[in-house]
Amino acid sequence: MKRVLHLLMPMVGVALAIGAWSIASVMVPDLPSPSRTWEESKVYILEPFVKRGETDQGIALLAYYSLVRVAQGFFLGILIGTPVGFLFGVSPLLSRMFDPLMQVMRPISPLAWLPLGLVLFQKSEPAALFAIAVCSMWPTIINTMMGVRAIPQDYWNVAKVLRLSRTTTFVKVIVPATLPYMFTGYRLSLGIAWLVIVASEMLTGAPGVGGFLWQEYNSLIYAHILLAILTIGVIGFVLDRLMGLAEAKLRAV
Amino acid sequence: MAYIEVSGVSKTFTASNGTARPVLRNVSLTVECGDFVSIVGAMGSGKSTLLSILAGLSSADSGNVAVDGEPVRGVRSGAAYVFQNYSLLPWFSALENVRLAIQAAMPGLSHDAQQARARQALEQIGLGNAIHRRPGQLSGGMRQRVAIARAFAIDPDLLFLDEPFGALDALTRETVQQDLVRLCSSTERRVTSVMITNSVEEAILLSDWIVPMLPGPPATLGAPIPVQLPRPRSLAQLAHEEAATHVRAHVIATLTAAIGNRTRRPPAKADVDPVTSIELATEKSR
Repeated sequence: MKRVLHLLMPMVGVALAIGAWSIASVMVPDLPSPSRTWEESKVYILEPFVKRGETDQGIALLAYYSLVRVAQGFFLGILIGTPVGFLFGVSPLLSRMFDPLMQVMRPISPLAWLPLGLVLFQKSEPAALFAIAVCSMWPTIINTMMGVRAIPQDYWNVAKVLRLSRTTTFVKVIVPATLPYMFTGYRLSLGIAWLVIVASEMLTGAPGVGGFLWQEYNSLIYAHILLAILTIGVIGFVLDRLMGLAEAKLRAV
Repeated sequence: MAYIEVSGVSKTFTASNGTARPVLRNVSLTVECGDFVSIVGAMGSGKSTLLSILAGLSSADSGNVAVDGEPVRGVRSGAAYVFQNYSLLPWFSALENVRLAIQAAMPGLSHDAQQARARQALEQIGLGNAIHRRPGQLSGGMRQRVAIARAFAIDPDLLFLDEPFGALDALTRETVQQDLVRLCSSTERRVTSVMITNSVEEAILLSDWIVPMLPGPPATLGAPIPVQLPRPRSLAQLAHEEAATHVRAHVIATLTAAIGNRTRRPPAKADVDPVTSIELATEKSR
């Protein structure tokens, strides 16, 4: 009984949401109903890899472009964020030096970074990567830093007693001890990177789920906006779950 | 000159609210090469602080600590340390934990030779079939055996043992104690060892000398009491041996006398709980 409920309840929730959507679509004339959304979108979903034009492509292709962009920006972000986090974790002096700066830069929206990226790099693609990297690296920095600080004194003592070299201590003690925290940071960073992608594609008009969303809004095809929104949600959820799995595996050690 | 020379060591901890807490005052101790010395005292009496100063893990406020004629600055090469809480790295297997110590102490050895040495150290202590398990998959007793294997694997000149059996249940404790007795008597040369413990029985089992730590604060050391019993010893045998009974009575009398002095003083801040001290003193066998 409990297991049936476990499976049933999420479906009830989705059904309720679709119901609310149907009602809203009756009241707002421009909002397509769920069935109309499906009718107008099914060609994108059923032929996910077909390329009909620069932005008129199957949903999987669009998602692929966005994911590649996110992956690049995300890796750039953690490539910078991880070593910075380690440095801040090891050196209280450095972290005190940059803490105020970090607190101020952290809440800046991707929409604010993107124009700066355009000024700096002149082109939209590197500007988008810049915005993703800058916005997504904070959780990695902060969590890595916390992870280093949370290393129990016991492990430092072991490193001292075994007379491990600095390099060995870093590779065999500090990094493994910090890894679970680092991955929490990575998971949060990836979540932010995925949020940023839509905004940056909307502003730069690059092909991808976000670009598609904006273009279909301008073409007054509102059903496709809903398609894009759902796609963004589903992919974000899957990404988070995948990172969560990796994280759980590390914590199990 | 003795192998380990400690003279006039004092240490005071300052709490975050600024109050100073003297832990050790004017502590002196000598340990001859090859001797096994136990420092026995109640929990929280400053034993761990003293041991970490001897080992070079922390430094004294004043006084001198020298090993083999050299003043102690940082952990010496050839010294091994067994912690109360095992302190194994949980992301490595038992074998890797031991090999890491060997790798650091004997960098000239090839990876295979290090591995073989680690395996041998673990087999010696009866863990031959658990070498690939991680600490999380081992019982408390097995973990402490790994920690002991890690200490002996580097063929140490000097061994520090910080309540090595403190975290184990009574039955496990006895078997691991016997393992340590076996290892200590099986090495060709006797390893100079300093152990801290709150168990008089454990100290008699392993030591040449027992040094009572008289609770403070600040704590001081009593006169060393010799333990002249044949080796290897066993707990069962010690329970009947008259000489052992004599040593036990001597140590307990010294410790209880110190507690008696303490309780007559106006009540100081309770850094050492008198109840645990009395428990320690009355504990006949474990």
